[in-house]
Amino acid sequence: MIRTAWLVLKKDLTVEVRSLEIAYTTLFFAVSCVLFFAFALVKEGKAPEDGAAGILWIAIAFGGTLALGRTFERERQSETLRALLMAPAARPAIYVGKLLGIVALLVAAEIVLVPLVAFLFQAPLLSHPFWLGAVLLSGTIGFATVGTLFSAMLVRARSRDVLLPVLLYPITVPVIIAGVRATAALLQPDVELALVRFWVALLIALDVVFVTLALWTFEPLMTD
Amino acid sequence: MIPLDFEDLTAEDVSRHFGRRRALSRISFQTPKGSILGLLGPNGAGKSTMLAVLATLLRPSSGAVRYGTHTAVASGAALRARIGILGHDLFLYPELTARENLAFFAGLYGAENPQSAADAALQRSGLADRADDPVASFSRGMRQRVALERALIHGPRLVLLDEPFTGLDDASTAALVARLQGLRESDAIVVLATHDLDLAEGLLDTALFLRDGRIAETVARPDALRSTYRTIMRRRP
Repeated sequence: MIRTAWLVLKKDLTVEVRSLEIAYTTLFFAVSCVLFFAFALVKEGKAPEDGAAGILWIAIAFGGTLALGRTFERERQSETLRALLMAPAARPAIYVGKLLGIVALLVAAEIVLVPLVAFLFQAPLLSHPFWLGAVLLSGTIGFATVGTLFSAMLVRARSRDVLLPVLLYPITVPVIIAGVRATAALLQPDVELALVRFWVALLIALDVVFVTLALWTFEPLMTD
Repeated sequence: MIPLDFEDLTAEDVSRHFGRRRALSRISFQTPKGSILGLLGPNGAGKSTMLAVLATLLRPSSGAVRYGTHTAVASGAALRARIGILGHDLFLYPELTARENLAFFAGLYGAENPQSAADAALQRSGLADRADDPVASFSRGMRQRVALERALIHGPRLVLLDEPFTGLDDASTAALVARLQGLRESDAIVVLATHDLDLAEGLLDTALFLRDGRIAETVARPDALRSTYRTIMRRRP
């Protein structure tokens, strides 16, 4: 299973490095989001308190939705999804490979977004890099886990571009809320680490639930 | 996972519906190892749907496909490890090179050394000198040759080919015909869906003439395929 997931991940990253299609569109969209909010909310060089946390997660969620839509679309265009499903590999391993590819891409986008948000909103996002990393990684995994499953499910649906956010956002609301609250907690002058730990633990619990459900349902959803 | 083996392929009253549309209706046949079965018929006759059912990509709405004594539902991955398919779509990543595509699929099918499996496949396809070029830069015929190697890279028992002659020049067509005969001699079961009756002439052990999802006629060791096809298709359903 690990070998298959690694093969799919390596293949997805190679294709992405060659085309940079998803990376550019995701990053462009996410950075645009941050800039629009900065123009709208930052007045006379003063940013709204705690606004940075929400804006960072909005950018991740919107940019991530774009990336999720494209990852299986690429397999659909070249009809390679059928070839993946025909392979004797465990189908959940294919899902894990795709999921890791999306997570890697979103982490790369976050590496650009975090300093940008910190700069535009004068937010001390990088004062606790370990905890910020834990919040972003656990939140990104939760969001991408559900998104990858829905993206695979909708690959043959005609209105998949509309349906993906409609299905994805209601289910990932707990992840987004926990991510925003944890990030906001990190922006306080006196950071209460116990509170951050609580939100990270909640995010990890959500990740476990979502990953388990996704691995369990991927094969039946993709059959036929 | 140990790939399973089977001696023959049997379709028993296989039907497949898409909503109210009937794509296949009560298709039955049996073909042993070391044989080439042709699925012949006009557009929309159900050839590609039949291949998808045999490939385990589609479940029959009713009836069953047996791979020796095994079924797709019970055998899953172990059965898929013995099936190779070349469809209308070539199942290749255009951004990857021919070598990367073949090594990726060899790895997925559990090859111990995917790189050497890919190199051997490139030699067989005659594309070793273009191995490191992206597939997107290949002509249709060259892609078809890479796709055929992808379908055969794991030494499948059951080989499903949908219009494999598309885009091939004369030399590549002759090489493919020789390859199909080689597969028959190596005890593979080949199911070939094609419109190209001239190329299929003399190649098939059994021809299944399909029309509107039904078997119009089954002919063993067919000769004069084109005139047989015309005669069968002119008959009233």
